[in-house]
Amino acid sequence: MSFQIKKNASVYDICIVGSGAGGGMAAKVLSEAGYKIALMEAGPHFDPANAEQQTQLKWSYESPRRGAGSTRAFGDFDMAYGGWEIDGEPYTRKDGTKFDWFRSRMLGGRTNHWGRISLRFGPLDFKRKDFDGKGENWPIGYDDIKPWYDKVDKFIGVFGTKEGLPNEPDGYFLPPPKPRLHEMYLKKYGEQMGLPVIPSRLSILTKRIDNRRGACFFCNQCSRSCTIYGDFSSSSVLVKPALEYDNVDLFVNAMVREVLTDENGKATGVSFINKTDMEEYQVKAKVVILAASACGSARILLNSRSEKYPNGLGNSSGLIGHYLHDSTGADRAALIPSLMDRKRYNEDGVGGMHLYVPWWMKDASKHGFTRGYHIEFWGGMGMPSYGTGFGMENLNGLVPGKDGNMKKAGGYGAGLKDDVRRFYGAVVGMSGRGESIPQKDNYCELDPNVVDQYGIPVLRFHYKWTDEERMQAKHMHDTFEELLTNMGGILLGDRPGADRDYGLHNPGRIIHEVGTTRMGDDPKSSVVNRYNQLHDVDNVFVMDGGPFVSQADKNPTWTILALAWRASEYLDQEIKKMNV
Amino acid sequence: MDRRKSIKAMFAGTVTSGFMFSGCLTDKEAEVTATDISEGEIVAGGGYGRTPEELARDQRLMSETFFNDHEMATIGVLADLIIPADETSGSATDAGVPDFIEFIVKDMPWQQTPLRGGLMWLDYESNKRYEADFIKASEEQQKDILDDIAYPDEVKPQFEHGARFFSRIRNLVASGFFTSKMGIDDLGYMGNVPNVWDGVPQDVLEKHGLEYDKKILEQSIKPEERNEIANWDNYEV
Repeated sequence: MSFQIKKNASVYDICIVGSGAGGGMAAKVLSEAGYKIALMEAGPHFDPANAEQQTQLKWSYESPRRGAGSTRAFGDFDMAYGGWEIDGEPYTRKDGTKFDWFRSRMLGGRTNHWGRISLRFGPLDFKRKDFDGKGENWPIGYDDIKPWYDKVDKFIGVFGTKEGLPNEPDGYFLPPPKPRLHEMYLKKYGEQMGLPVIPSRLSILTKRIDNRRGACFFCNQCSRSCTIYGDFSSSSVLVKPALEYDNVDLFVNAMVREVLTDENGKATGVSFINKTDMEEYQVKAKVVILAASACGSARILLNSRSEKYPNGLGNSSGLIGHYLHDSTGADRAALIPSLMDRKRYNEDGVGGMHLYVPWWMKDASKHGFTRGYHIEFWGGMGMPSYGTGFGMENLNGLVPGKDGNMKKAGGYGAGLKDDVRRFYGAVVGMSGRGESIPQKDNYCELDPNVVDQYGIPVLRFHYKWTDEERMQAKHMHDTFEELLTNMGGILLGDRPGADRDYGLHNPGRIIHEVGTTRMGDDPKSSVVNRYNQLHDVDNVFVMDGGPFVSQADKNPTWTILALAWRASEYLDQEIKKMNV
Repeated sequence: MDRRKSIKAMFAGTVTSGFMFSGCLTDKEAEVTATDISEGEIVAGGGYGRTPEELARDQRLMSETFFNDHEMATIGVLADLIIPADETSGSATDAGVPDFIEFIVKDMPWQQTPLRGGLMWLDYESNKRYEADFIKASEEQQKDILDDIAYPDEVKPQFEHGARFFSRIRNLVASGFFTSKMGIDDLGYMGNVPNVWDGVPQDVLEKHGLEYDKKILEQSIKPEERNEIANWDNYEV
């Protein structure tokens, strides 16, 4: 069998690997600047307005499994092709690690299904070591990135309210939606406990920001990706406009294997597999931007091995893959009896919570941890889907029936049928999402023994939580129990103890994994400089979550976008100065 | 149940619930749901946004059969005992629940053995008591067995596994019913339609002793302003 690598004769100015938040932003900024761009995406083309791909406004019964998560981790209608497991693309773990790696293979990547929670990092989030002596500071501070947060707000759109909180910077906010009923309960009882319960900050257009995108029509389905582009996804908001320029070529189903380099050690392009014909191709470019997700980009760099770079490209520090960290997470729910037998009305609202609780403590060290968490809320009269009506035996024995008498838990018949109606919309839950402390010993590396179906060595993960994260999860449960109980709630499920890490989710489950190519001024202790550029190779940039020095308790997307915009402008200037 | 018919039926449902604040929607927005699928048409993406691989998997599962006729009949009897018709809506079989369960066990193969085994046990128990398969026993006799397995907190040791089976099938029957068009209508879910959210109805807030304060009312989006383009003049951060 002959195996010929197909080379494209044209040389691009810039090759961008990945079309999610970081890659999409680089494509937008640099296509507008006039560069000839090759945009590589490992999955298919995607547009939520394409009727073949649309899941928005579908009913549960249009799916034979009523929306269950048999092929998509978050259910049939969730718009992420991929998940924690992908056929033919394994990863491995060692030393008892339980890290799970979520990948989405499609134009726009994981921005098609995310929660749209769009929080700026605050001044303290860039300098946590100054505060608690742990981890490392970012080389940049809030003032360095603020102008790009401002631009992201105005270009993409985010609703919220100006609150003047010290470490929760305000932005250019569209008006928020009014709270739902259970959120009004949470506000009332949360504020009694001294918690700040404020409008959430989601990248959803409660009001239009331009003539291209429609305003939200409140279907609650942002995770399905919006057909009128009323929410942010990279494919709809960044890549789609970029493709209107003649100077952008999009390569879909293009799985990048490695970055190619010349004898001087400079990048010359990438080698990739076209999944459609399973043949190897090369794209030549003067600059390569990796935005394939923190672990995806680390994998490509580690796999770009040569005589000159035996440990991978840009890895003179030996730190690529290290300092991998995800947000912490723990969840709890309760039955709120006063929300039973509710009057019905449409309370879909936007796709996510209308209120949330930002981190509120100045210093939590007496509780055994130092980094904060925010609280997200869920509940309401949502569309019934697979799982609705499950576990009635865990609910209907907790409260008196309509006749005032307690019932035996479980049952069947007309009484059971009526119970499902009575409990609809009466369960409220909350999730804590917190900051962990990055550890050098938490890392991904190339597995020496395993390759994927394309022959690319796969990642092997090593990750352990520390007591900081465990004690934070314990505190989350203390807070959840107090708030839910104050609301008159009956807590559901057991309180997880030390044997279950106090309910702390396995790393990777919150899908905020970052840190694998961290940013710094010293090439010995970091992989990229403060403009996301490899210390070792000046024509390679990393514009995903990899450069994060520490992942605050804020969701990472807004900061990925701001850093990518900033780094793309820097790259533009450097090219014009003939420095790259 | 004929799935194509159920798809047609659902379009009838979307139109009726779109009344709220429809005046604030543009004509284009109001038309978002107004697609139609004609009988027998092959729909791209399977009609619910499948990738080619997912569609092929669906079609393979639908071409297979797991439960035999007797098992399907037993599931039907059980389903209607769990969710019977009442003055609000029809029964589980009226809503096509047995076909849903047949699909689910092919979709989730780990459900197969516990369900098949549970159905076998049910017939065994029924024959032991009444010398008749479960579906041949009288309704009173059927309920007699269910009373021993439907209340997991106080189940006798010899019925533990029966109770576990019953909780499983109760979950599937309840979910299959309340996610059908009939069940969603019964539950009174009024969303999945373009609309303009302007908060909890006033009478509901009052009933729960809550109110939107001045701050919330001032800062929240006004329905009539949602199609204006945001203007950042005089906005300071």
